[in-house]
Amino acid sequence: MDTLANRGLRILCPNGHLGFAPTKEGSFALGLTELPDMIACDSGSSDCGPVPLGSDGSASPLAWQTHDIELMLLGARRQGVPMIIGSAGDTGTNSRVDRFVTILRELAAKHSLPKFKVGYFYSEVPAALVADRMQQDRIAGLDGRADLTEAELAATERIVAVAGVHPFMKLLEMGADVIIGGRSSDCAIFAAPALHRGYPPGLAYYYGKVMECASFCAEPYAGKESVLGEITMDDVRVTAMLPEQRCTIASVAGHAMYERSNPYYEHFLGGHIDMRDCVYEQLTDRTTRITGPRYVPAEDLRVKLEGAGKVGERYVGMVGVRDPYTISRIDEVIAWARQAAIDRFGPEGQPGGWQLSYTIYGRDGVMGALEPNRDRPAHELCVVVQGVAPTAEMAEEITITGSRQMFYARLPDVKGTAGGVAFLLDEVMRASPAYRWTLNHTMRVTDPMELFPTHMIEVGT
Amino acid sequence: MIPLVDLAKAIRSKNAGPDKITFDVIMKDRAAYDLVCASGVLSRDAVRALYGVPDSRISDHVAFDPAMAIKFTLFRTQPSGSLGDADIFGSQQYGPLLGIMVPG
Repeated sequence: MDTLANRGLRILCPNGHLGFAPTKEGSFALGLTELPDMIACDSGSSDCGPVPLGSDGSASPLAWQTHDIELMLLGARRQGVPMIIGSAGDTGTNSRVDRFVTILRELAAKHSLPKFKVGYFYSEVPAALVADRMQQDRIAGLDGRADLTEAELAATERIVAVAGVHPFMKLLEMGADVIIGGRSSDCAIFAAPALHRGYPPGLAYYYGKVMECASFCAEPYAGKESVLGEITMDDVRVTAMLPEQRCTIASVAGHAMYERSNPYYEHFLGGHIDMRDCVYEQLTDRTTRITGPRYVPAEDLRVKLEGAGKVGERYVGMVGVRDPYTISRIDEVIAWARQAAIDRFGPEGQPGGWQLSYTIYGRDGVMGALEPNRDRPAHELCVVVQGVAPTAEMAEEITITGSRQMFYARLPDVKGTAGGVAFLLDEVMRASPAYRWTLNHTMRVTDPMELFPTHMIEVGT
Repeated sequence: MIPLVDLAKAIRSKNAGPDKITFDVIMKDRAAYDLVCASGVLSRDAVRALYGVPDSRISDHVAFDPAMAIKFTLFRTQPSGSLGDADIFGSQQYGPLLGIMVPG
């Protein structure tokens, strides 16, 4: 292991979520002129909801994934530096890792790139393995969830484990030029090369924490712009690459809060970092320096599991309401339509049965029960009706019933006796099946590599 | 009374995993931060009342000095993207904070 005490490891991060929206090319090109030692970014998030994981799809279009990978690959190969992507294709499932490896092969052929080594690892966990572990040990719920039950596991379609630095470090040790990771902690993507080069773990993991969202640690707000980070034995420095952005004490410290319930701790497989004693200094106009994060190793190795299960096939209908009287009694209108579905299909919400969901835009559509103004609806409403059922045919009929019957609702004093609601479309639309998050849990492991098999291939000519 | 929107440079909400939504109110400067902290308009109790939730729904509430920010996190009643959840990213739950007035 080389220890580079006198110079830093510089990593260029082009995008906080590769493929979700295209990387901005200008600041990335500027970043390349700084001659980074590595180019790395994250491509995953649980933010997109449970559908991509459950259905094994991506929220990001293939064209944007290819665009972003092409920029990184050409930059990295031209400068002869490694490139790392974690949580491939939003979810980090095996099919997403394979898709990214295929994109690399196609790009290598398109640009006639000389041979390079591609390392990749998988993160999917078979339900049978989790079922087996459940016999010996609890699968502990996170964020207020109960421990995993057999019923919840049986309802789960697909599970990924969230890797730490370990598979990335192993592939770096094996000499990978490009690494495609399955699901992994965002910070591990940057911490792994820093640890591989011998930098202290507190700074290494902090480096990953601050870099993983690219330009979100800079101000003014601008997404998909590159940032350049440098780790030394003593500190971490981050610099915005977009000329109009700056990494300030406030923006860097502010980013520590982003998407985390607590700004002082970041947990990953193998431990956590404690950021309570972080010191932020403005080094130059666009660069902030950070010292003081502490690494706390875990007493117990617990890997985070994410899982999604299918609820049913889904259709969507849209219904407008303008009559003030109808608006004031919209819950009764919905109850009428729901009753029509019950009369036709039997009780709602049975296991494996049907469900109707109404989102009332103009009243509390966005916030639901958290909406303080729900007793003051707007002068018109848009009610979005979702019908879910075991088959597409049934979901369509449920959704038509749940939408069209609003037209026939019988309110005592309604004047509009020729139809109580307005239709944008005289049809309902097929949507992706409904899924839900079934796992947000942790499972004990003895070896941090045991769920993450690594592979190495050669690509290019 | 000073509108909170005039003291803050960012007022935002976002998922913190599938089961929680976290809120950040980042003040423009130290004076604004001190004023807002002292006023109590974003205290744990004030947030609980504004969103009409029991205290058990608040997972964290932190005054974060380095960023001049007040941050709090609510447990969702159902996970992000479940049938009926209309804010998969949790990114539009901060609206009620924009109307807050700060004594001073």
